[in-house]
Amino acid sequence: MDLLKKNLLKEVSGLESLPKGAYNIRIDGKKYARQDSANIEIRTKNDKDGIDIIIKSSAQNESVHIPVILTENGLKDMVYNDFFIEDNAVVTIVAGCGIHNCDSTSEHNGIHTFYIGKNAKVKYIEKHYGEGDNMGKRILNPVTNVFIKENGQLEINTTQIKGVDETERITYAKLEDNATLIINEKVLTNNNQNAKTIFKVDLDGKNSSVKVTSRSVAENQSKQTFKSEINGNNLCFGHVECDAIIKDNARVQSTPEITANHIDANLVHEAAIGKIAGEQIIKLQTLGLSEQEAEEAIIAGFLK
Amino acid sequence: MIELKNITLIKNDKKILNNINLQIDDNLTTIITGPNGSGKSTLMKLIMGIEQPTSGEIIFNGQNITNYSISERANLGISFAMQQPVKFKGITVKDLLKLSLRENASNEKICDALSSVGLCPKNYLDREVGSSLSGGELKRVEIASVILRKSNLVIFDEPEAGIDIWSFNRLINLFNDLNKRLGCSVVIVSHQEKIINIADKILVLNAGQVEEYGDKEVVLPLLNKTNVTQKKCKRR
Ligand SMILES: Nc1ncnc2c1ncn2[C@@H]1O[C@H](COP(=O)(O)OP(=O)(O)O)[C@@H](O)[C@H]1O
Ligand SMILES: [Mg+2]
Repeated sequence: MDLLKKNLLKEVSGLESLPKGAYNIRIDGKKYARQDSANIEIRTKNDKDGIDIIIKSSAQNESVHIPVILTENGLKDMVYNDFFIEDNAVVTIVAGCGIHNCDSTSEHNGIHTFYIGKNAKVKYIEKHYGEGDNMGKRILNPVTNVFIKENGQLEINTTQIKGVDETERITYAKLEDNATLIINEKVLTNNNQNAKTIFKVDLDGKNSSVKVTSRSVAENQSKQTFKSEINGNNLCFGHVECDAIIKDNARVQSTPEITANHIDANLVHEAAIGKIAGEQIIKLQTLGLSEQEAEEAIIAGFLK
Repeated sequence: MIELKNITLIKNDKKILNNINLQIDDNLTTIITGPNGSGKSTLMKLIMGIEQPTSGEIIFNGQNITNYSISERANLGISFAMQQPVKFKGITVKDLLKLSLRENASNEKICDALSSVGLCPKNYLDREVGSSLSGGELKRVEIASVILRKSNLVIFDEPEAGIDIWSFNRLINLFNDLNKRLGCSVVIVSHQEKIINIADKILVLNAGQVEEYGDKEVVLPLLNKTNVTQKKCKRR
């Protein structure tokens, strides 16, 4: 692996070398390296491009890395990853996509489906990263489908800080009794970038709950759209919090849609969009930071 | 030494500060008191550069700083603990104190500052400086962020507000010899007798004007006698 690829890999997955345990590294549309572990099995799909990741009940506090890297100019990559997490498994999945391109558009579309078994606990970490000169566009369109059985838990942490020109993220989840879904999203767009996020969650199970926290910063002429659609179909809890900082001529749109189809559904949507609070800048200036340094510190904290 | 010369501040046609002339001497503890709305916070913000005077000049150690920005004044060694601490999202107590210390940041200094305001470092370092802290906790973090700085003049605006009795006594100890420990002038806006008692000098502000200013021995008896801070409203 050359230095460029190594750096991308580190950016999106924190890996400096091949990890211990299970992993599948995809580079430029092809499998680069793979390893199973005693409790995690990764299989190539027969009918389409992608992998099945089977996490057995015996996996307890294990992790699996599945980063994707694109360095070939003009590549359009499309991949299906299915995660089968058996009952009681406890696992952390580290995904992520790094693109480096020069003069033509590179695109990665990942369709991820999670089947989460009873009592299983899953943490999914995904980082998007793009670099290269401005001629070639970098496009990422992740689709995530989530099915959580009784008492199952999924926490999704996604980060996309600059570098990606177009992104449309669609997440759909269906929760059974006592299932929990936590989504933490962090986005920073600049220049003419465009980021769109759609969450649709069906809280079907009794005592099921979802908590979505989105923190985003839009700079320059960039645009962001955030849409969440939470359906409370049982005694359930839904909380969506969307916080955005806008700068320059950026545009942010937040559309809450919460539907209670059951008398015991508890749904809340909070959205706040605005420029950095003047008093926050003032406080940091009183500590000796310049206005610009203050802004940077506030944004770094906000997206941490 | 900081000097205010003929400072007037008008907002929405209202004279909030009216021709203030005063000089705050080096290495002393000066207490500023006076009724609510008399202009104490505005005067302190004006020294920090958060408010601009409509007319008048501010001289700091011989330098005319009237047109200096907040950051420039901070870098000259003026520090300010706000009456209402600012809340952030994502910035932790540790982050804020690190920013306050800048290149001299060390965990030891941060923990010492937290302990000195009565916050146990291990419980607070990773807390967000936001709504999850109580008013009193925020206030103490604010004070910690200020005493960490290398200052020539440090201002506290009603530091006692929202702080419980137990912590209040600790606070008195902290302020008691702060000017000596930091080697700088300390200005505290306060209504609290115990804080007023540690003053070298007392300034009484009323309706945007200096009503009394002098040594504690002179001003304190006046305060007790005439109750300048509690002018009563006439009954209808
Ligand atoms: N932004 C503002 N616009 C108009 N009036 C203000 C503003 N800020 C403060 N004031 C007024 O100025 C006066 C002094 O306020 P302040 O300095 O906060 O008083 P203190 O700190 O002594 O209680 C008050 O009457 C207050 O209502
Ligand atoms: Mg005040």
